[in-house]
Amino acid sequence: MMSATNKVSKNSSSTTASLTTVSPRLAKNVQRHFKERVIEFILMLAALSAVFTTFAIVAILLYESLGFFKTVSIVEFFTSKEWTPLFEDAHYGIMPLVAGTLTTSAVALAVAIPVGTIAAIYLSEFASHRAREIVKPILELLVGVPTIVFGYFALLFVTPILQKIYPELPGFNMLSAGIVMGIMIIPYIASIAEDAMRAVPMSMREGSYAMGATRFQTAIRVVTPAAVSGIVAAYILGISRAVGETMVVAVAAGQQPTFTFDPTEGAATITAYIVQVAMGDLPHASIGYQSIFAAGLVLFAMTLCFNILGHIVRKKYREQY
Amino acid sequence: MINATTPIKAESKDLNFFYSNGTQALKGINMPLYENKITALIGPSGCGKSTFLRCFNRMHDLYPGNRYEGQIIMHPDNTNILEKGVDPIEVRMRISMVFQKPNPFPKSIYENVAYGLRVRGESNKRLLDDKVEEALKGAALWNEVKDRLQDLAFNLSGGQQQRLCIARALATDPEIMLFDEPTSALDPIATANIEELMSELRNKLTILVVTHNMQQAARISDYTAYMYLGDLIEYGDTDMIFTRPTRKETEDYITGKFG
Ligand SMILES: Nc1ncnc2c1ncn2[C@@H]1O[C@H](COP(=O)(O)OP(=O)(O)OP(=O)(O)O)[C@@H](O)[C@H]1O
Ligand SMILES: [Mg+2]
Repeated sequence: MMSATNKVSKNSSSTTASLTTVSPRLAKNVQRHFKERVIEFILMLAALSAVFTTFAIVAILLYESLGFFKTVSIVEFFTSKEWTPLFEDAHYGIMPLVAGTLTTSAVALAVAIPVGTIAAIYLSEFASHRAREIVKPILELLVGVPTIVFGYFALLFVTPILQKIYPELPGFNMLSAGIVMGIMIIPYIASIAEDAMRAVPMSMREGSYAMGATRFQTAIRVVTPAAVSGIVAAYILGISRAVGETMVVAVAAGQQPTFTFDPTEGAATITAYIVQVAMGDLPHASIGYQSIFAAGLVLFAMTLCFNILGHIVRKKYREQY
Repeated sequence: MINATTPIKAESKDLNFFYSNGTQALKGINMPLYENKITALIGPSGCGKSTFLRCFNRMHDLYPGNRYEGQIIMHPDNTNILEKGVDPIEVRMRISMVFQKPNPFPKSIYENVAYGLRVRGESNKRLLDDKVEEALKGAALWNEVKDRLQDLAFNLSGGQQQRLCIARALATDPEIMLFDEPTSALDPIATANIEELMSELRNKLTILVVTHNMQQAARISDYTAYMYLGDLIEYGDTDMIFTRPTRKETEDYITGKFG
């Protein structure tokens, strides 16, 4: 099979040199070659369009932010603990928004990483075929729920419950938003981590069982470390989702930029600020308008950092079986 | 022919085996494993060698729907290891296995060897250190890895990985060791090393080995069994099987007229 295709390609390359004596079979090869080129070109265009879009977004972010930083010093941007760009007495410290983003994300991950990982281990190593057939679609259904629904779920259902336990909790708080965001992210982490675990070859599990290990020991001591790179990839995706999530935090965490890492307080995140401001009609090139892009740039940089970190960790622990 | 004074370590009695799809892969196998001897299983591909071997550590229990019939009696305690009430984990603690393809765990060399002890709940560092060293020496790997016990096992060569898997299986002091084509993924030098190792291990334990390599069976085994289509066609002294087989099928297979 292999050698046959090799021969064909050798033939067709030699025909390009002497096209005058083309046999019908070789002519077909030339035709096929052309078709493959066209397909290749279309595929490349598709890939390039994604790259182009990314660059375009970054360019616009940079361009508009540049306008912003003409008015606001970078030092103020990163050191001031107040973010009030639309007020009379305007302050432009991004840190309150960054703190809000990190706090809600941390709460979300504290929920999603353990639950998602346990769900993945269960689905991959313990669930019977039938149980998996039931649980997986339910998880996938969770992915399909619009995020605004999760937002109101946090505000109108989870917050009141939390207030029963902890009466001082304000109506808008990062704890409730973070928990619900975590629930929202569980299916992503569970499904990617499960795929990684199921990709671990059976021979590795058999090796563990043959040593007298139980199913639990095999899952925890052998399968999980073998799948660690995929599991880390799942976490990174979860982090990116949490940092970029908008609706849940905008609805349930409040929209007041506050420099705090206390999840029981309300605070705005970067994304919450962006929707809030983008919904009003700000004149182009005004400082408020430009502040959206500066905030967006910071968000982009944060996600990029996590992705790069994830890439490094994955490289370090890449699957080797 | 068969030395009557050698004790039997384990024997299969009227052993039938059915895969979950209904395939009967073993048909009434009666065969002894003599203590401190190497028994080789030979036969054409698909004849049931691996299936038979994997009955001894209840590997088939991992997949739902597989079914054993008959017995495998282990001596001296006379337990039927296939009995429903017998915990397969108990069986695997007494009978360990080395696979065709080296399958080290994604752990350090040290932790690979210590794995069997760790899953038994052993955590005494001194004892683990000693056992790991002993097992690695037993698998003729100690000198090559003693300075890098914390390295990832995947960084070893194929032959070293297979010896690591042998060390891993040795560390728990098993009574029987099963080898399923342990050298088929290795080069001739690594193969020679493993063969030598198996001959030495015979002093400590009982070995059942599946091999496709007739010379290997002749070189290392004391007894040889020829299987065909799930039947045990002939069993006997290796010398006898390879020089004067009683069955025509065995002779055809050994001389290469078949398979
Ligand atoms: N999981 C399975 N389900 C159903 N049938 C199987 C399964 N595994 C093996 N078999 C069948 O059982 C028979 C014996 O297989 P086995 O793997 O024991 O052969 P083998 O002698 O080890 O062959 P080889 O030398 O190729 O390894 C074959 O007919 C095979 O098709
Ligand atoms: Mg086999």
